[in-house]
Amino acid sequence: MSGNNSRTIRRAQAGTTEARWVRYTLIGVALAFMLLFLVLPLAAVFAEALRKGFGAYLEGLREPDAWSAIKLTLITALIAVPLNLVFGVAAAWCIAKYEFRGKAFLTTLVDLPFSVSPVVAGLVYVLMFGANGWFGPWLQEHDIKIIFAVPGIVLATIFVTFPFIARELIPLMQAQGNDEEQAAIVLGASGWQTFWYVTLPNIKWGLLYGVILCNARAMGEFGAVSVVSGHIRGQTNTIPLHVEILYNEYQSVAAFAAASLLALLALVTLVIKTIAEHRNEQALKAAAELPPERPSQGTTP
Amino acid sequence: MTTATAVAAAPAGRRTPKRVLPGFGLSLGYTLFYLSIIVLIPLSALIFKTFTLTWDQFWAAISAPRVLASYRLTFGASLMAALVNLVFGLLIAWVLVRYKFPGKKIVDALVDLPFALPTAVAGISLTALLAGNGWVGSILEPMGIQLAFKPAGIVIALIFIGLPFVVRTVQPVLEDAEKELEEAATCLGATRWQTFTMVILPSITPALLTGFAMAFARAVGEYGSVIFIAGNMPMVSEITPLIIIGKLEQYDYAGATAVAVVMLVISFILLLIINALQAWQRRHAGAPA
Repeated sequence: MSGNNSRTIRRAQAGTTEARWVRYTLIGVALAFMLLFLVLPLAAVFAEALRKGFGAYLEGLREPDAWSAIKLTLITALIAVPLNLVFGVAAAWCIAKYEFRGKAFLTTLVDLPFSVSPVVAGLVYVLMFGANGWFGPWLQEHDIKIIFAVPGIVLATIFVTFPFIARELIPLMQAQGNDEEQAAIVLGASGWQTFWYVTLPNIKWGLLYGVILCNARAMGEFGAVSVVSGHIRGQTNTIPLHVEILYNEYQSVAAFAAASLLALLALVTLVIKTIAEHRNEQALKAAAELPPERPSQGTTP
Repeated sequence: MTTATAVAAAPAGRRTPKRVLPGFGLSLGYTLFYLSIIVLIPLSALIFKTFTLTWDQFWAAISAPRVLASYRLTFGASLMAALVNLVFGLLIAWVLVRYKFPGKKIVDALVDLPFALPTAVAGISLTALLAGNGWVGSILEPMGIQLAFKPAGIVIALIFIGLPFVVRTVQPVLEDAEKELEEAATCLGATRWQTFTMVILPSITPALLTGFAMAFARAVGEYGSVIFIAGNMPMVSEITPLIIIGKLEQYDYAGATAVAVVMLVISFILLLIINALQAWQRRHAGAPA
């Protein structure tokens, strides 16, 4: 009887996987696809950048235009990411912690910049602040430049990176529920204390994960920034725009040298992301394993 | 918003008094304020600008032959890329969830590369690969296959951009799938292929479609990675976002706005479809307590 049973179990378990050759073929095809579409392009960036040796590579990075592009990219990210961070936390707090009418619609609106083409995102700011735009004449009168200047670049970057942090935090905070915060309030903590000492430690990995993705996109955004920048060398070029100009001038090595900086940034992003994601999963798991008297408000809001 | 409506809006079984926590007014107010100045007011500028056009002007701008050709290219290439991503995204998700192999963690992390790598970098790198003197192009071109500066190159760039969407939506659903169902199917005499098509596939269909729609939506608006590889020939390899840029460079703000509104409406529709698909996916997951 028991022998019969264990045979059934074995057969059932064998039924949840494939024959060895099928497994190896599937793994092989998947890895070949990833090699072709992901690894090769990444490797090509570094290969092209170093094609004329390390000296030429450094030369490409040392020119003043490259430096000002790097500086502008850093400034842009330093403004855009913190602003979206504050927004992300506020949006996640009100969407995850409360019930109110129109919540689903608000969540959709938060996601909206993800699905708007970057070129359209750039265009809307031109229509607002450009010479013929809504505020154009007023801005000109007061000698304020937004389009074809740094503020426009920052605004366009904020737009395209708008949902990243909120998107990461909302499901995480929903899964964690309100119990810990409520306990803190009942024990006499103020709202801010509750946030700093209870909520923030719980969401820190999800927060980091969102920040890192937001930052990668902020530093790498091309389409939206390209529309509002005006491509003034040494003034309104971010690294991606600098890459484009060099590439179009057939300065391939210099273009790929600048591109390799962004590729390195992407690799660092992936490493930090993997760590943060791992920690985030643990936090979610811990939330899911809370005692049953608190029905999991889990991933199904 | 009164407490009464909040309680009414809360689903049954969750009668925790939400308003114990402070900060609702502040966080909602700030969210709405920031959302308005960054997203809603600028987007409404686009809509208002359209109203300065007469219907005939608007129609002429969005239905010129060159613009129509760009829609066909953009949607055709996006659809093809999303279909390729559907198949290979599912395959990669499957391999990552179900099998063990060396280097799996690295492969898993690498899936997100297109999210992290700036699109312009992907664009020039793919172009360098596929051009006649590139690693891939130098093999394919003697065989008479030219990918760079052709619509086929656009599809390849869009495959790169969209791949993580399908993998990352399908992966968690596959992870949560209950093995017992597959065991039961086998015990009842199903072959492995039957189990896959009749048990596993239906359970991941909502996630697959969500990933497909996200990859498609992203591809439709994509600009950075495409323009380097496309060749950008009017009527042949000119995508719709590039039409907008072209009109802007000629100071044709009205024309650019008209085409942009078309794209905005399409992306809004796609967003609603994705939301509906996600809601379906959550219901499909069967509200497991």
